[in-house]
Amino acid sequence: MEENIILTKHINKINPMAIDDYIKVNGYEALKKVLKDDPLNIIKEIKESALRGRGGAAFNTGIKMESVYNEKETDKYVICNADEGEPGNFKDRYLMENNPHQLIEGIIIAGYAVGSTKAHIYIRGEYDKSKNILMHALKEAKERGFLGSNIIGSNFNYEIEIFSGMGSYVCGEETALIESIEGKVGRPRIKPPFPTVKGLFDKPTLLNNVETLSNIPYIVLNGGSKYASIGTESSKGTMLISLSGNVKRSGVFEVPFGTSIKYIIGVLGETTFEKIKMIQLGGPSGPIIPLEMVDLKIDIDAMRKSNLSIGSGAIIVIDNHFNMFEILRKNIRFFEHESCGKCTPCREGIRQIRYILSLFVNNLANQSDLAMLEELTHYISETSFCGLGQAATNSVASTLKYFRSEYEMRIKK
Amino acid sequence: MDIKKIIEEKGKKPENAIQILKEVQKINNYKYLSSPQIKIIADELGLSESKIVSLLSFYTLITEKYRGKYVIQICTNVSCYVNGSNNIVKEFEKELGIKMGETTSDGLFTLEYTSCIGCCNIAPAIRIGNKKFGELTPQKIQAIISKCRENL
Repeated sequence: MEENIILTKHINKINPMAIDDYIKVNGYEALKKVLKDDPLNIIKEIKESALRGRGGAAFNTGIKMESVYNEKETDKYVICNADEGEPGNFKDRYLMENNPHQLIEGIIIAGYAVGSTKAHIYIRGEYDKSKNILMHALKEAKERGFLGSNIIGSNFNYEIEIFSGMGSYVCGEETALIESIEGKVGRPRIKPPFPTVKGLFDKPTLLNNVETLSNIPYIVLNGGSKYASIGTESSKGTMLISLSGNVKRSGVFEVPFGTSIKYIIGVLGETTFEKIKMIQLGGPSGPIIPLEMVDLKIDIDAMRKSNLSIGSGAIIVIDNHFNMFEILRKNIRFFEHESCGKCTPCREGIRQIRYILSLFVNNLANQSDLAMLEELTHYISETSFCGLGQAATNSVASTLKYFRSEYEMRIKK
Repeated sequence: MDIKKIIEEKGKKPENAIQILKEVQKINNYKYLSSPQIKIIADELGLSESKIVSLLSFYTLITEKYRGKYVIQICTNVSCYVNGSNNIVKEFEKELGIKMGETTSDGLFTLEYTSCIGCCNIAPAIRIGNKKFGELTPQKIQAIISKCRENL
């Protein structure tokens, strides 16, 4: 599978604090190439790669770039979403700490392509080390003329600023993140207008995840069609998987789309299956599946058809000696804490779900509680204002489907 | 460094409020913002004090709640939980003689839950200041506390 490694190819072989190491492995060559080129050609290449956002929503990156390009404003922004807050995910941290220049090069190219002159990296406040490495990398890039005025002799100027998040999960939602950079409480905005039209300070803004932007140098150098030759029909390229929980070998693994969960846990995670009870995909906002579904393949559209999602790539393995309701209550408590309070279904509904789950934990639930749980799960996901509330009940909904008997077993007779 | 100097450095604009609050909190030996500090920041930025307090109550890394010199943040999200984070919580509570959310009477330690700190590969994990500790067992806790006492 060596040929299918894109983002992690140089990790552990280069020193993240030394720009020369990155330059030696063709670093900043993609930037040199694009600066002589028409921005539209870059966007064409990205569209051909069929790259989709890796933050969870999986929107086509080329189309997003094109929308920002088409806006007529003089001021445009790029924002790199490095607010990796979904529990179980640590792949963006891995990329920033091990190959920061790959990301920075991706951001500059994206900025040039859409006609922006400034980017912000919104990084989690908890990621102290990642931030320090990025700051050092930005300084080095500036010293070498890859950032600042007249980049590598062209007439293109670019600045990247780091914005430190202050501990709020909802700020990973794109419009809440923008509010936060504007110095406000991070509550999501109504869409449309989308950030591509009215984003940061109401200017057109390209907002992408760390992993998405890190793919750009490869696509520019090797061509969109090369990238699109990896993966499946609906999902091109590779995905970084953050594997954790009850596994022998946890960590970040880069796999081409189409790889099975069984391969990731068994071969990459070196874990045997006999004790596994549940596998949570994507983090607390994702579904929980039983071991019988371990042959499932990582594929955005195929998973969506079965109401499943891999989100931003976390896989959390849970052994059979853990109580499913305790795990669910942990998931739900997380959202209860992180809900921004703007809309009622999320703010109040999630609290009620937690209450009903506590009844199940303590064997006090009856049939009507189960019915209420089902109803609430449905309403919260349908009526919440933003992605947080819409996804908050996925773990409950999926267990109602795949672990139904556990609920029924605990109902008071 | 005094507050006005921080505000000047970060830029005297309301949109810089969050970053200013973060920096001001750093100058406190104890990790919180006091009401006189909040008032100065609000006046300087032309914002109401309630606006500042709403930021402090929304973002978990800035706070007006008195916290000790070492804020020990323990992750108990699923990856840490299934790797024994509950035992880590119990051990800290036992060693420090306080409950989660409390501060020791000498003002040295505060125990807090934290959201995921992206250390799921070394679960269970905690964060103290800007340092992270992973692959913890109850046996390792005492040494971490002693290290803090000796000034980390």
